[in-house]
Amino acid sequence: MQRGQGFKGFLNYIRRNPAFGGGMVLLLLLFLFATVAGLFVPKEGAYPLAAMPKQPPGGEYPFGTDSVGRDLLPTTIYGTRMTLTIGMIAGAIGLGVGTVLGFMTGYFGGLFDTVVKFFVDVLMTIPSFLLLITIAASVPNPEDMSIIRMALILSLVSWVQPTRAIRAQVLSMRERAFVMMAKLSGMNGMEIIIKELMPNLMPYLAISLAGAVNGGVLGSLGLQTLGIGNLREPSLGMTIYWLRYYNAFLQGYWWWIIEPVTVIALIFIAFLLLSIGLDEFANPRTRRTV
Amino acid sequence: MRIPLSYVIKRIGFLVAVLFTAATINFIIPKLAPRDPVTELINQKIASGGLTSEGAAEFGDSLRKLYGLDRPLWQQYLTYIWNMMRFDLGYSIVNYPQRVSFIINQTVYWTLGFVLTSTLLAFVIGTVVGALVGWSKTSKWLSWLMPPLAMFSAVPAFILALLLIYFLAFKAKAFPLRGGFSATIVVNWKDPKFLLDVVHHALLPGLSMLLVSVGGWSLGMRAMMVTVEGADYMTFADAKGLKGPRLFFRYALRNTLLPQITALAMQLGLIVSGATLVETMFSYPGIGNRLGGAIRALDYPVIYGIVFFMVVGIAVATLLVDLMYPLLDPRISYSGG
Repeated sequence: MQRGQGFKGFLNYIRRNPAFGGGMVLLLLLFLFATVAGLFVPKEGAYPLAAMPKQPPGGEYPFGTDSVGRDLLPTTIYGTRMTLTIGMIAGAIGLGVGTVLGFMTGYFGGLFDTVVKFFVDVLMTIPSFLLLITIAASVPNPEDMSIIRMALILSLVSWVQPTRAIRAQVLSMRERAFVMMAKLSGMNGMEIIIKELMPNLMPYLAISLAGAVNGGVLGSLGLQTLGIGNLREPSLGMTIYWLRYYNAFLQGYWWWIIEPVTVIALIFIAFLLLSIGLDEFANPRTRRTV
Repeated sequence: MRIPLSYVIKRIGFLVAVLFTAATINFIIPKLAPRDPVTELINQKIASGGLTSEGAAEFGDSLRKLYGLDRPLWQQYLTYIWNMMRFDLGYSIVNYPQRVSFIINQTVYWTLGFVLTSTLLAFVIGTVVGALVGWSKTSKWLSWLMPPLAMFSAVPAFILALLLIYFLAFKAKAFPLRGGFSATIVVNWKDPKFLLDVVHHALLPGLSMLLVSVGGWSLGMRAMMVTVEGADYMTFADAKGLKGPRLFFRYALRNTLLPQITALAMQLGLIVSGATLVETMFSYPGIGNRLGGAIRALDYPVIYGIVFFMVVGIAVATLLVDLMYPLLDPRISYSGG
């Protein structure tokens, strides 16, 4: 960790770990775009017939419009907000469940560990996206699916990776000397987990969170692209679904394609940089990968 | 090196558990959902004028009987598992007399063609690039390849596919926009012109899969290479005076390949999921696009059938890679457990 103090120390650290800084800045910009920009652009424009259809960017519509008259500026702003929100809810639930299961199974072991590990192994073999398709396609009225319901469905699979990663870390840390010391000094299991293991695994928890949010965003995009989920409310996946549905390629509406693709690419690149940076933070001794 | 029988049995037992879980999930989820495909289908038929409301009740009963929905739940479950074990995936609701297994058989080879080719190519290219970048004796300009490759690996393949379709197919007109072969050509697998047309159509979907996965393979390989280069046996081999290429291929590359193969087994699920979405973007006649079509039409037997088929494929492929592992690395033995 950095020796400097406060904000200056943080800046110094960023200089040594530019991937972390870059990821944070990129993610912050996306958040600002999804929230602050929304204060100036009303949501009404993000629905069909709100604007003149098929307009290229410029003038009244800085992002252009799609072929059924959605203004693409509010569509992109509110779509980014919706997609990030879904990802964050699914990721937070996934990390929460993963933390509890990971620490419990890794530290205490026993039958509970055997059962959880078996399910994690099975779910690692069954691709989560296929599981999501099966579940989400069977939900009644998928076209009215709310953000929360979508996020809850995604969280049915988002706990698997965090559980596995945290369990492995706890297993490797369980036999260390400082845990032995804590045991000898009379701490019980829960105290050791919360006071000794948790602080030491913070960087790994952060990596797991980034991965789980990333997975949630990816899952929601994939489902919506296939036409599962709410296709009326603006989201990035829904934009992709409609531009394919209306053959934006054949008509050459480049803006309709480039805009959501750029935002989606930026989201994933931000998470990539963040996870590289966090990895560097957690294992400063390993050589940098990028 | 022989693989102990106990390991093989254990591993196959796990495979059975995975398939059993997948089949059970397929069975339970539709039962949990308050959704009745038979009623939905009847409403659809009435709406399209193919059925009068008097005939609807009778039609519904015969459909329920056909799908076994009138029997107790445990019987339905046992029948379902038994059918899955025999790979009897039932009938499509939308294209009724078509069997799901027929639909899979019709589409799977299209997918296997471009997905296997692009995955193997990406694996080889990514591994070689990563190995060269990690190897300290190659020139430094190679390492400039890494950041763009890493960027590509972060973006999902179907998003990249959108860009490729727009720039390479629509703008540059170098590739067809969609489909598996031209609408004007006669389907004849013995005609080289048709084959060329098929390859031409498969290039862009394959390229989007390839570009996205090369980065991952090269990143992993590079990290392994750096670790291996510092190993004692490398220093010793170098001190013996062995030449560069021999060091690279026989000592470094061989030892770094194994984690890559494990990663390949772990990635199979992601590759299949990615291919499903890429096919949808290209309206490619593969199994993934067929799955997308079934989802839009709410053709549940086809959705569950294709998902189950994919899970089986991935589980079996993972098993094969696992069993190959000790053949590749003589140090590994599974006798301990």
